[in-house]
Amino acid sequence: MLTCKQFLAELSDFLDEALGLEERKKLEDHINKCPNCWVIADTTRKTIEVYKCSEPVQIPTDIRSRLMKALERKMASKKL
Amino acid sequence: MLDWDLAAEQAVFDETNLVTQARQGDNAAFGELTERYQRNIFRLAQNITQNREDAEDVLQETFMKAYEHLPDFEGNSKFYTWIVRIAVNEALMKLRKRKWDKTVWLDEPVNVGEETVAREIAIWEDNPEQRYSKEELADILDKAVNSLAPAYRTVFVLRDIEELSTEETAKALDLTVPAVKSRLLRARLQLRDKLTAFFKKKVEDPFAYL
Repeated sequence: MLTCKQFLAELSDFLDEALGLEERKKLEDHINKCPNCWVIADTTRKTIEVYKCSEPVQIPTDIRSRLMKALERKMASKKL
Repeated sequence: MLDWDLAAEQAVFDETNLVTQARQGDNAAFGELTERYQRNIFRLAQNITQNREDAEDVLQETFMKAYEHLPDFEGNSKFYTWIVRIAVNEALMKLRKRKWDKTVWLDEPVNVGEETVAREIAIWEDNPEQRYSKEELADILDKAVNSLAPAYRTVFVLRDIEELSTEETAKALDLTVPAVKSRLLRARLQLRDKLTAFFKKKVEDPFAYL
């Protein structure tokens, strides 16, 4: 069986489903027997989810309008 | 085919069309691309620079440079990946200009030794984010990301917030794939530790989950 350290080294690929079947099975066997690693895997998965679900904030209107004005100037200068 | 696949395919088709039109001098098409990605670029810039003024500069510079260099964009990558790369370079330059921050070089060796901080092992609530208001949650997530060292933060932001692939992230940051992977793992574990303080299940018996 994998050690906890070996398990953690593969954790990212495990959560990203980037492992081959055989390797994945080894990690699954480990978490089925190691409650600590199960908790770390579960809470790391939730960490990633909570960030993926976070919406980009609206750009403040002043910043947005300065961007659009700068872009318009750039486009106008290219035409000349 | 699933609706989602169709929608994703349509989005790629739209983007390719917009880029082609913009390259042919259609400013409205470039404006549409700017509309589409400005929120992501601003968020990325804020996450890396941690400063609103710098983030605004990065936002402007990114779209100015993209407009200027559009003829050089060969379409080998997605347009979004291409502008992310421009934005990352601009944001890192901003960081490096700040003399007080000496920890911003992405190619600096990262600590690959044993973790010195003990991990907190605690199960989370089923929907931990529901314990907080939208604003509180955004604040918790921002503070946790901002506490990471830039080398970890930048990789995490590109992979898990902007959802670039490992290869795209490596390309954008000029890092090897293994370097991206090891930094991402450390960033994820550090964030997990930090968020555990906010999201853990409040139980009398710490082993109740067993």
